[in-house]
Amino acid sequence: MYQIELKNVSFVYGAGEPYEIRALDNINLHLGGSVMTGFMGHTGSGKSTLVQLLNGILKPTSGQVLLDGKDIWEDPKKIRDIRFRVGVVMQYPEYQLFDETVRDDIAFGPKNMGLSKEEIEQRVIDAVHFAGLDESLLDKSPFELSGGQKRRAALAGVIAMRPEILVLDEPAAGLDPGGRREILGRIREFQRSSGTSVIIVSHSMEDMAMYCDRIIVMSAGKVAMDGTCSEVFGRYNELLDVGLDVPQITYVADELRKHGIDIGADIYTVKYAASQILSKIGGRQI
Amino acid sequence: MNLDISFGQYCEGNSILHRMDPRAKIIAAIMYIVAVFLAKNLYAFALLLLSAIFLIAVSGIPLRIVLKSMKPLVIILLFTAVINIFWMEGETLLVSLGFIQIYLEGIINAILIAVRIIILLVGTTIFMTFTTTPIALTDGLEQLLSPLKKIGLPVHEFSMMMTIALRFIPTLTEETQKIMNAQKARGADFSTGSLLQRAKALVPILVPLFVSAFRRADELATAMECRCYTGGDGRTRMNVLHAGAMDYVFCILVIALGAGILVLNQFGGYMLSW
Ligand SMILES: Nc1ncnc2c1ncn2[C@@H]1O[C@H](COP(=O)(O)OP(=O)(O)OP(=O)(O)O)[C@@H](O)[C@H]1O
Ligand SMILES: [Mg+2]
Repeated sequence: MYQIELKNVSFVYGAGEPYEIRALDNINLHLGGSVMTGFMGHTGSGKSTLVQLLNGILKPTSGQVLLDGKDIWEDPKKIRDIRFRVGVVMQYPEYQLFDETVRDDIAFGPKNMGLSKEEIEQRVIDAVHFAGLDESLLDKSPFELSGGQKRRAALAGVIAMRPEILVLDEPAAGLDPGGRREILGRIREFQRSSGTSVIIVSHSMEDMAMYCDRIIVMSAGKVAMDGTCSEVFGRYNELLDVGLDVPQITYVADELRKHGIDIGADIYTVKYAASQILSKIGGRQI
Repeated sequence: MNLDISFGQYCEGNSILHRMDPRAKIIAAIMYIVAVFLAKNLYAFALLLLSAIFLIAVSGIPLRIVLKSMKPLVIILLFTAVINIFWMEGETLLVSLGFIQIYLEGIINAILIAVRIIILLVGTTIFMTFTTTPIALTDGLEQLLSPLKKIGLPVHEFSMMMTIALRFIPTLTEETQKIMNAQKARGADFSTGSLLQRAKALVPILVPLFVSAFRRADELATAMECRCYTGGDGRTRMNVLHAGAMDYVFCILVIALGAGILVLNQFGGYMLSW
């Protein structure tokens, strides 16, 4: 099982300049195992910075990033291999599209890996299906796609590299609710079927509750909380303190409890709430 | 690779220089450049050096930042210095190795020219970029050039273009960095391979960059039209520039510096040859 470990990692933007910004402050984390890990945190809390440290886009100002126990910066010349193993879909990835056709653009990563033509072709097709893009779009220019389609094409571009660990920075931001569920559902499915570790950044409490096994809350460059959904959402006063929230349905359950209808603790998804309510009123289970 | 744009960066502060009228600073900077080129001998250079130190001190810009802004210049400095050392002929021969002959005059000349370039840069950046926001600078320039409107030159439009261009430099730098990172995440390699390969590797950066630059230009034009921008005619300004006592003082000081240099030039000594 692939493991990423952050050891005393700090990152400072513009170190030594008049306006240096300490984006990450002494982070210690074990990421890995066959789980979906979600990162939450208010704007500017350092999530994107952390994500870019995982595949060596940024180099820690101090501390180490270990992949399977080896410092990824041990041999800076080999950092490209790390990037093939840890696939990162950056925030707003639609701006990275450049090639003449969507097909060529998705093939950019696999081509850089030096794969054979047939292999690349196969991977492009698979990735396109994964991202829920229509195959007919493959020969269009990426600039003719809609915003959501661009997002999917960019996602496919990283999926096509078949990374061992997949990291996604707000993959669903700006998608319609249907597309959002579809993409996140597929990522979750991919995580389960491949048994790898997927790391996802999101601002949506609902998405976090629905898809993640582990939630890490960042605040001002530090890890504020780290645990399962119920462990994190159970501390919701603290969540409010760091500018976050709990899923809406948790408030509903809370209100119900105040009115004497206790449907149990740990209500974070609508689905679970519905089944609890149904069992309470003696209806059929869903 | 990190893009470093400290060359030409505004540095916040509240010194006399920061508060000066941008028009006065532009005039002072131009006269300062002339003064730098007037200096011919060591005495004049000593005075120049003092004036540069004075400027840095008055501006309150940390020396570290000033030095950092000169980093991109190192190669030019070395290049001119080497040319001067090897090509200049003089009277005092120091080293003679076959066809290589190094004269004392060559070395002094090289040093003086390096100093001249450094002072030139310090003077102009302290007056213009470090202590003046780009917006104030173009404002000042527009007003200084406004007499040219009479002969039909579109001064306002030019300065608006300049303001916009300056405004977007940081945005585009940031964007370039983001796009580069995104392509690196897909295994793009910008630093190895032949020249042709490296040039090709830039395509994945340049295409998205241009696309987004055009998109931004389009959006900005729409936003300006929505606010009824029609050009310079009949437009009044929000910040009207006022020249104060300090502005005159500085301009006079720079003129005095030029005069001082002319006087010191008369004392002879090693003379700079170009
Ligand atoms: N390229 C950069 N140069 C300088 N500072 C930066 C840069 N990128 C981010 N920062 C700063 O680092 C801090 C953390 O930024 P980061 O992008 O990691 O936040 P984030 O948690 O991803 O926020 P968001 O939810 O808005 O995406 C912020 O204070 C930000 O201003
Ligand atoms: Mg972010």
